[in-house]
Amino acid sequence: MGMGSLSKDDVLHVAKLAKLTLTEAEIEKFRKQLSEIISYISQLSEVDTRAVEPTSQTTGLTNVYRPDEVKSEKSLGQEEALSGTDQTHNGYFKVKAILEERSDK
Amino acid sequence: MDVPKTIKETQEGLLKKDFSAVDLVDEYLARIEKNKDLNAFITVTGENAYKQAKHFDDSNDSSGKDFLKDNPLAGVVVAHKDLFLTKGVRTTAGSKVLDSYVPAYSATVVRKLEDAGCIMLGKTNCDAWAHGSSGENSDFGPTKNPWNKDYVPGGSSSGSAVAVAKQMTLIATGTDTGGSVRLPANFCGVVGLKPTYGAVSRYGIVAMASSLDSVGHFGNSVEDVEKVFAVTRGEDGYDATVKTVTSDQYPVTSGKRKLRIGIPKEYFVEGLDREVEKAVLEATEVFKKKGAELVDVSLPHTKYAISVYYIIQPAEVSSNLGRYDGIRYGNDRASFGDEAKRRIMLGSYVLSAGYYDAYYLKAMKVRSKIIEDFDEVFEKVDAIVAPVSPTPPFKLGEKTSDPLKMYLADIYTVAANLAGIPGLSIPSGFNKAGLPLGFQLLGPRFSENTLFELGKIFEGKNVKRI
Repeated sequence: MGMGSLSKDDVLHVAKLAKLTLTEAEIEKFRKQLSEIISYISQLSEVDTRAVEPTSQTTGLTNVYRPDEVKSEKSLGQEEALSGTDQTHNGYFKVKAILEERSDK
Repeated sequence: MDVPKTIKETQEGLLKKDFSAVDLVDEYLARIEKNKDLNAFITVTGENAYKQAKHFDDSNDSSGKDFLKDNPLAGVVVAHKDLFLTKGVRTTAGSKVLDSYVPAYSATVVRKLEDAGCIMLGKTNCDAWAHGSSGENSDFGPTKNPWNKDYVPGGSSSGSAVAVAKQMTLIATGTDTGGSVRLPANFCGVVGLKPTYGAVSRYGIVAMASSLDSVGHFGNSVEDVEKVFAVTRGEDGYDATVKTVTSDQYPVTSGKRKLRIGIPKEYFVEGLDREVEKAVLEATEVFKKKGAELVDVSLPHTKYAISVYYIIQPAEVSSNLGRYDGIRYGNDRASFGDEAKRRIMLGSYVLSAGYYDAYYLKAMKVRSKIIEDFDEVFEKVDAIVAPVSPTPPFKLGEKTSDPLKMYLADIYTVAANLAGIPGLSIPSGFNKAGLPLGFQLLGPRFSENTLFELGKIFEGKNVKRI
């Protein structure tokens, strides 16, 4: 596979990694668009970075700590924490089952 | 009535009782209603605005001028980009994923502005998740340019810039991850500040790309934006990247010596619109006339900035948008629009096994080279003058089918985010088609004071308002 050219499988693979569901039309549209973008950003390979450290933080801060104390005014109450959904049960978030019943039992 | 044009005029008028805060809210809400076709607001909070205005008017009756000491922005109306969490007020991030999300807490910036006396008018439209350069990626419909409705207002903080330009609010907030404050400010003809990375807390603001996100402000003048920044900046104990820098550490340079302004040769190349170029060079001439020294400088890695940005940013986007599962709040991932899907997939791709070194790690290294370029230039100059966008505002729909073309509109803005430096977008006039022109000032980290100083020097020139 050349730099920048994505196959349908590549698109399906990243969609799966990102938990996105795509239609057939979307797969082809994104395959083409992502291929163009990746082909463009591949220009970075021409930059000599052998002696260069990567940067992820620009203002020179390293670890910033605070005491590990629970402060009620800085926390949401149970009701507030659950206020974004109507899918609750006994004060918990309700989610769909992620395991299936065994078929060989 | 005419609404006041600055914070100073607003507060003087309120204290002299030329008008009340309730009068102001009446007028601003009428303007929001009148300009509905620009689609600048997603939510208008009239009831809340009247409550805050009455509180001001009552306090103004009892305590008068002293009130301003504790409330430096008292009576100032504000609109927040709909990326800022507002307790009890729907916050959508411009996306259908959050179309009914009502936050249980407010962003630090929202709280600080409220504590300083601001009156909130509502939440402004933006590209969904702040992904966009034109305002067209909002799931609530595109925002329109206030000078010509066939054109884009710039993105992603589109509604905030439009609201300030059309005097639907006095000040507004935005976020700038790759130009999202400076670009709409430029396309709408208002002042926009992108502060140094880590100068303003991002707590309570929907995260886009965490090593690049900064929180900015819009206003009609440099002085107004400076006043807002004076309130919002500094540590809050909720965002570990925030650094409090006192003005003693970065003093204003005025009076001490001649200010030096760099003109980066890599920014004036093919693809830069003639009228945009002329506007930027005219601005440099204004600075020269006012006593600044112009210096030719070089930022050799400029041409790689878009590639670095469109690797690091989507990588961080894919991580930050991973939390939207539709379980605790919001709708599920099927509600993501096209641009969010594109960036999530692009980010997942450059981070995935086999591609991490070639794309993500490589981009972080070239990012270091871009930072080195700026650090070297700032040894020689106090600030850089540059275009904000290679073109004036473009037509709605012109770039929507070609994402790469849209991304290239960010060519002059993304480098500041990669380097974590501040930028101030200033309007300077209009092109032949009647659309706004302007430029940006970039400075070393935490040099906002110098940028404000230069901005005010330039503003001596009279700029036409709507």
